[in-house]
Amino acid sequence: MNKIPSAVSLGIRRGGLEIRQFSRQRESVVFTILFPVILLAIFGSVFKDTIAPGVTFSQYFVAGMIASGLVNTGFQALAITIPLERDFGALKRLRGTPMPASSYFIGKAILIFASMLIQILLLLGFGVLFFGLEIPTDLAKWVTFTWLVILGSTCSTALGIAFSIVPKSGRGASAVVSPIVIILQFFSGVFFVFTQLPAWMQQIAAIFPLKWLTQGMRAVFLPDTFAAEEVAGQWELGKTFVILLVWLVIGIFFSVRKFKWDRD
Amino acid sequence: MSLIEVKGLKKSYGDVHAVRGVDLQIDQGEIFSLLGPNGAGKTTTVEILEGFRTRDEGSVSVLGFDPQSRGHESRLWRDRIGIVLQSSADAGDLTVIETIAHFSGYYSHPRDVQEVIHSVGLTEKAGALIRNLSGGQRRRLDVALGIIGNPELLFLDEPTTGFDPEARRAFWSLIQKLRSDGTTILLTTHYLDEAEALADRVAVINNGLIIEVSTPADLGGRATSQATVSWRDGEATKSEKTDNPTTLVAQLSASFSGEVPELIVTRPSLEDIYLEMIGGIRE
Repeated sequence: MNKIPSAVSLGIRRGGLEIRQFSRQRESVVFTILFPVILLAIFGSVFKDTIAPGVTFSQYFVAGMIASGLVNTGFQALAITIPLERDFGALKRLRGTPMPASSYFIGKAILIFASMLIQILLLLGFGVLFFGLEIPTDLAKWVTFTWLVILGSTCSTALGIAFSIVPKSGRGASAVVSPIVIILQFFSGVFFVFTQLPAWMQQIAAIFPLKWLTQGMRAVFLPDTFAAEEVAGQWELGKTFVILLVWLVIGIFFSVRKFKWDRD
Repeated sequence: MSLIEVKGLKKSYGDVHAVRGVDLQIDQGEIFSLLGPNGAGKTTTVEILEGFRTRDEGSVSVLGFDPQSRGHESRLWRDRIGIVLQSSADAGDLTVIETIAHFSGYYSHPRDVQEVIHSVGLTEKAGALIRNLSGGQRRRLDVALGIIGNPELLFLDEPTTGFDPEARRAFWSLIQKLRSDGTTILLTTHYLDEAEALADRVAVINNGLIIEVSTPADLGGRATSQATVSWRDGEATKSEKTDNPTTLVAQLSASFSGEVPELIVTRPSLEDIYLEMIGGIRE
């Protein structure tokens, strides 16, 4: 009987390869990882208001940028690069090998998680050094942070893979994907304080994961007194967990069922 | 023993009947070449055999397995085949050796990475980034990735497009070596001389049907077809079709008392026969 490598071990190997490949693409490294940091520098310097006792807009914004980094590095990057890989024929070639689809997906998840970690470290560093971000000392907050990053990153990966079936070609992918992400960022309280947005925007945002990720990150990085300023008057972490989980399941479902390896 | 068995294969895309009832039988250890113009159903047939497309009708067995099944069995099946696609590229941020070594990890019994690199003639380029390879070198990398898993059956789709004559010859001897190692090869090509040099048997497909399956030498009655003898007679070039060229040449030799000026004896090339079979249309 043939002994072929397990899907998980191949997935880990693919993760290593994806990271190596990604680290050699300087433009994407700069764009994907540094872009949120640049945004932070700009917004943090322009808006210095205090939005609640002891909370500045830049602190609010760092929390939002970490959350939206999860969407940028995962969903956006994958929904744009996978159609390119498909155009190149790289996906079809993989399809012709015994490597299972799940290994390819695991590899992507590892790549996204790794670049997310680097980005978070950069954002936290900048936030603390220049924008008055306070690193939480409470262990419970770090527990929240950990599951938010893991669940958020996985969810973002799964949805990015699932959404990669939408763009017809690699060239057009950016035009389809980027507006969705930017609009979501506006609606979800990344660039503005969420509670100051019109109610209809808030309601639309509440369907998608980004709003919940930003709110969750605020629960980690803003003082607990700020919870009263949220729409529900609390952090709603339980609800956040469930909503992210539902989106993760949706993402995995479409990735497994509908993934396109070939152009036609 | 047949490695590939196809009976009554049909596939349509909407109103277009791409494959209209193909039967094929490919034996272990042979190089089998599928010839046909663009749109003849060649690619569809091969992609069904490779498990990239599903069929509408008919039965297909490749290494005793139905290529359109999925799941673990399908992984075990893919472990035994190799595919060199018509066009595949990637961003090229990995080196030749990194890529081949990585792909070798997908298989249960891969070939030795260095040996494969050597056999496709990329030893000098092993440490080069793929983006810096020439077109022909990239194609050789494609072949390396197709054979790294030590396949029993290798699909080659237009493998030498863009090769210079020297690289093509080197590639042909690589393919012949693979056959002598026992690999069965299904080759699709536009180059008739390539089919003639490599294939044990060829099949001509047109309008979704197999017209003939034969050895390159016998295709279309080529072996028994009339020869053309041409020579110069004074100012004029003369030519004559004959079943007995040797007799004719002997007569000519006698009448010229020795050397016949500009004597040429030809039989139809594989290309002539092929063009006649597909109705003289060439794309």
